[in-house]
Parts: sequence; structure tokens; C-alpha cells
Amino acid sequence: MPPTTPPNGLPDAPAPFESWGRYPTYQAKVLPVHWQNDFPKVAAGIHDGALPVGMGRSYGDSCLLKDGNLLVTTSMNRLLSFDTTTGLLTAEAGITLGQILDFAVPLGFFLPVSPGTKYVTLGGAIANDIHGKNHHVAGTFGCHVTQFELVRSDGSRRLCSPTENPDFYAATIGGLGLTGFISWATLRLRPIVSRMIDYEGIQFHGIDEFLDITRQSQHVEYTVSWVDCASTGKNFCRGVFMLGDHSKVPAELKPSPEPKLIFPFDAPGFALNHTTVSLFNTVFFHKQIKARVKALQDYEPFFYPLDKVLRWNRLYGKRGLLQFQYAIPWENAREGTVAILGEVAKSGLASFLAVLKAFGDVPSPGLMSFPQPGITLALDFPIKPDVTFPLFERLADMTRDFGGRLYPAKDAAMTASQFQTFYPQWEQLARFRDPLITSSFWERVTGDKLAL
Amino acid sequence: MTTNGSSYGSTTAPTALAASQQGEAPILGARKKILVLGATSGIAEATCRIWARQGASLFLVARNADKLAAVAADLRVRGAAFVDTAVADLDDTEGHPALLAHAINSLAGMDVAYLAHGVLGDQTAAEQDFNTAAQILHTNFVAPVSLLTWLANYCVQRHAGVLAVISSVAGDRGRKSNYLYGSSKAGLSAFLGGLRNRVDREGVTVLTIKPGPVKTAMTSTMKGSEKFADVDKVAQTIVNAVDKRVDNLYVPFQWQPIMFVIRNIPDRIFKKLNL
Repeated sequence: MPPTTPPNGLPDAPAPFESWGRYPTYQAKVLPVHWQNDFPKVAAGIHDGALPVGMGRSYGDSCLLKDGNLLVTTSMNRLLSFDTTTGLLTAEAGITLGQILDFAVPLGFFLPVSPGTKYVTLGGAIANDIHGKNHHVAGTFGCHVTQFELVRSDGSRRLCSPTENPDFYAATIGGLGLTGFISWATLRLRPIVSRMIDYEGIQFHGIDEFLDITRQSQHVEYTVSWVDCASTGKNFCRGVFMLGDHSKVPAELKPSPEPKLIFPFDAPGFALNHTTVSLFNTVFFHKQIKARVKALQDYEPFFYPLDKVLRWNRLYGKRGLLQFQYAIPWENAREGTVAILGEVAKSGLASFLAVLKAFGDVPSPGLMSFPQPGITLALDFPIKPDVTFPLFERLADMTRDFGGRLYPAKDAAMTASQFQTFYPQWEQLARFRDPLITSSFWERVTGDKLAL
Repeated sequence: MTTNGSSYGSTTAPTALAASQQGEAPILGARKKILVLGATSGIAEATCRIWARQGASLFLVARNADKLAAVAADLRVRGAAFVDTAVADLDDTEGHPALLAHAINSLAGMDVAYLAHGVLGDQTAAEQDFNTAAQILHTNFVAPVSLLTWLANYCVQRHAGVLAVISSVAGDRGRKSNYLYGSSKAGLSAFLGGLRNRVDREGVTVLTIKPGPVKTAMTSTMKGSEKFADVDKVAQTIVNAVDKRVDNLYVPFQWQPIMFVIRNIPDRIFKKLNL
């Protein structure tokens, strides 16, 4: 019968900490940060490094710090101000996008940019400069962050905006949490009159049809495609192009229901193999019987189809999954995508979730932002040590050769030389890194170990 | 409006204040007027968010001005009709009358008082040093008794009101790992039982809340914390209990049978257990 409040002593023993990909798993101490002024107090006296962490939804090791300290921000989720005329919302950095939506949707506002899960924090969305299905019109998340406060381990606090401390503003957007601790941020929300999305699904057969639809749908706010990467021959690069706009027909802005399903166990390693994925893909492709369908769809399944099943990452078993997401610029986008999808099909490893999208040319204010005009493809691979890593390395090299780059938030495998080729501006970020803060990702791809 | 420090607008004692507001019926619907003592505690904050969404008026008291300001801002944004705050150390029992009078003045009445402050304390230190033990008893027992004496008399004069107080399952039986905390909460629970017995016939409800372990940020990443109660669900249960004028609340409810068993373990066995 423990008391109402947990023991005031923090857990001394490091505990295994998983990222969303469940690979790698590292021991780390958890230092929860409840209040805006807790940092750097909470990290006083530590010498083995610290990393601000939100929901841990990054797939690889950018949200991990082996044998270090994780500054978990999820209870810093207070709303500080909201202006219903401008849509400007100021909130503490640990609030999740889902919590923002729970508040904002009933008032007729929506996120300016939304990723494929609502279980990420505001701070994490800034640190990874996330993108969404509207990148071609809205740019990245960072484009809509008007200001934030950055706290450094020396206790200094900086207001960062395009005009105040613009260097720290740029380094922190997409800065992987390394520049300091974001205590709060202001985000510009966009008005909506309905929860519903005017949805359209279009089957495509091959990359050229995908590119045609992309060109014809520039005026649609949200576009994304699912691609069947298990098929070869005449079905190679077939998929479903999904388009959506916020419905302009006013409708009740009721709150979202709570998710009910939790994936209950670690699936056995053989659950996701080439056969099951091929089967799933064929069913998924033909689920849409007609070549074109139109529907009115709630925003939840449109944006967050996987959030309905909490802990879906267990589907990949205990070994976890490896994500691979590239952005290849337009001049090589078609060729690169065909070559990489071909290499994947040839490998016999099937990606269960393959997402294809065209990035637009709205520039991000972030120094290290991942998106660039061209095509992005995201693939999930169950980890089979002998097969997955060599394939991943081949794909990363191909990406490099096509002038593209990989997404640090989704990565657990790129090499230091690959990273440094993808992001030559990493040395600039290194100059803005807080001396106390580092991540396993950063140490891996820069060799820059903490010297304290 | 935010009031800082110990200077409050009015020094009128709450009992005197009550007389001027007699006849005003308490509202336990949407527009509750709620005084929250210890408003920056995790459970209190989660409870206040629900009340804020319902459009309640809130007066918040806590020790730390920065934390209080963040909580107050959040509740305003979430829809509270009115939020006012005072920074105060509730260990200062002499300051209670002025603090409560100011709060009730600011709210223009009070339907619910929610006492959520308390400390776990350092059991090991308290075993060696009476001053540490006395401090735990003061914060968790003496100070609430002072506040509740004033607040109960205010409510009795109005023949209305709910006094919702967070005690703990730890008060149901002392155990070696935290019997100072436990005994302070046991004293509080007994006091609340007696107070209820006195004021119920005056139309005043005394709600004793006994939470089990609750998942807050501090426990959220601990091993086994997945089994802890969700703070938002705990908060919703408390809000419902206030509306329904419940007397005793174990939250989550499973703690009621668990504590029934623990209370009834004979001492010859209990003293050998490592609890």
C-alpha cells in the first residue's frame, strides 16, 4: 500500500529504455522533469550526459542515451495561452500533439502539420522538425513554431524566434534535442469547421502513375501513398494514393474517443515474413475495389490509422524493427525510388508499411531539417540480424549515391560517414550542442563523445 | 488577478464572511466555486483540469509561485470561468483565517474545498529524529485540521458545501516502511470521520479520498508503473464523488477490498511481514 505520492527519491538503478523501433535497447536513468524551471536543477551533478526525451516515438537511438540520463518531459503538458483569433497556442514542451488536438479540435482548430502518430510531444516535434501529409503546401512543423524557450545546462534561458536568437532557433528546429532543453513553445494552429476529411483514394500501377497523380494533386492539402513493396513484375510499385482536405461543411467538433485496443503481446519473429506481407498487401490493394473512391472520413483514422492499436510495434516481435526513410531530390527521385524498391523486392524482406510521398519546396527554418524537395519513402523492416542490416547499408549507400539523405528520427543503422555526407551542416549543430546533452545517435554518427 | 505573498485583500474571518452570504444556494452543477489547497500536486492538477473544462471558478493555493502560475495559466486556457491564486505555505496555521477569507472573497462564495497538500516525508530520518516526525504530522495532520475547522464552520453556517480531502490507503494500517506518513493520514482519516459525523446533519459533505499508487510523471517510467492508476481516471473519479456527495472513496476502487484484507491481518502475522 504505497502512499499517494511516489517516493521522492528517483530510481537510482538504470532501467532498460526502448525507442519505438525497440532496437537498440539501452540502460539509462530516468529523470522526470515536471516543471519549466526543473531543468537544469534536475540534472545538477550528473556527469554522464543527459538527453531530453518525450514519448520515445523516434524509431532508433536519437531518443536514447546509453548509460546516461533521460530527461522525460511528458508531465510538462500545460497549456499556457491560446488566442482564438490568431490560433497561436503556447504550451509546455511535454504536451503531446494528441493532447493539443483534444483541446483545440472542439474549439475549431487543428495542428498545422501532423505526423502519422499523435503520440509525440511538442518538444519532440520541434527537435525532429517532423513533417506530414501536407509538406508540399505547409512545409515542416518548424515552419509553424513562432517562438520557444531554450534552457541550457548553464541555467541560461533564451527566447528563440526567427528574430530573437535566430541562430539557436534554427539549430534547435531539427536539432535532435541536442541544443538544450525546450521548456515551452508557441505554435500556430489552423482553423477547421469539422472533424471530417474529404478523402479520396486512387489506385496507381507503377511509379509514373504515382508521379502523375502527385502533379495533379498539388492543390490538395494532404497527400500520401501506400506502396506495395513486396510485388514485382507487372505489380511492381503499385499502391494507393490517398488525398484529403479538411471538410468545409460545418459539423459538430466533438472530442475524440479514447483508443481501446492494445496489441497484447510480442508477436513471434515469423509473423511478418514475405508471405504474410504479400498477402496483406494484396488484400489492402484490392480492399479498394474501385480504382477511385471518395468518402468523408474522421481525421483520426485519416491521420493516425495505427494509433488505434496502442503498442503496435509489438507486431514486430521482441527483436523490433528498423525504419528506413529517405528523401531523394527531384532530379534522381524517380530513378532512385525504382532502384531502391527494386532492391527491397529482390532482398526477400518485405516492408509491412511502405509510405511514399512527394515533399514540396517550402523551406524549413531548421538547420538540420530532413525534408527536401523530391520523394520520400519510409519502410519498416523486422530485424533479422543477418539480412536487415546489410540490406539497410546497401539502401543507405544507394540513397547517398542518388543525392538523398536519411531521417535521423527513424534511424538506428546509418554509419558515421553516411550521416556526415547526408548532413554536412552537422558541424554547425555541434557548435550549438549543449555541453551536457548528447544522444546515442549523436555519439554513433559523429564519434563526438561527451567530455565532462 | 494573482495574489502573491502573505498579504491578502481581506482579513475577515471566514465565519464572519459566511453570514453575509447566507441564502445563496450552492451550485454543484457546472459553475462550482472551488478552493484548492495544494493545487500543484499531480492529483489536484488533474482534478482541476476537469473542473476547468466544466467551467468552474477556482482559487488555487500552493507554495511555489512559478508552478502555481503554470497551473493557473493551464486552467484558464482549458476553460475555467475564473482562476485566482495565492502563494502560501499551508504549514503556517496562523495564516489560515486570512488566507481562507481572501479565497472565499475572491470566489464570492465556496461550494467545494479540495485539500490535496501533503508530504511523504523521510521515514528513515523520522525514525531517528522527532523533529522530522513532528514536521510530517504537522503538514499532513495539524495543518489540515486547522483549515478544515475554519472551512467546516463556514459551510455549517451556509448549510452547504463539500469538503473533499486527500488522505491515503497508507492511513488504514501502519507499516514499517512509512508509518509516519501512514499515521498522519490515519489521524486525518479519523478526524474526517468525526467531522462528517458532526456536520452531515448541517447539509455539509465530508469526502475522504484514499488513493492507492497513482501513475504520475515520476512513476511513469518505473518498472511496474503500468499497473499504477492513471491520474486522469483518478481525477475523474474524485470529480464524480464530489458531485454525488460520496463519504468515502477508495481510488481505484480495488483498494477497498485490498485494504479490508490488510486491516484484518492479525498482528502476530503482520509484524513478520516486510511491508
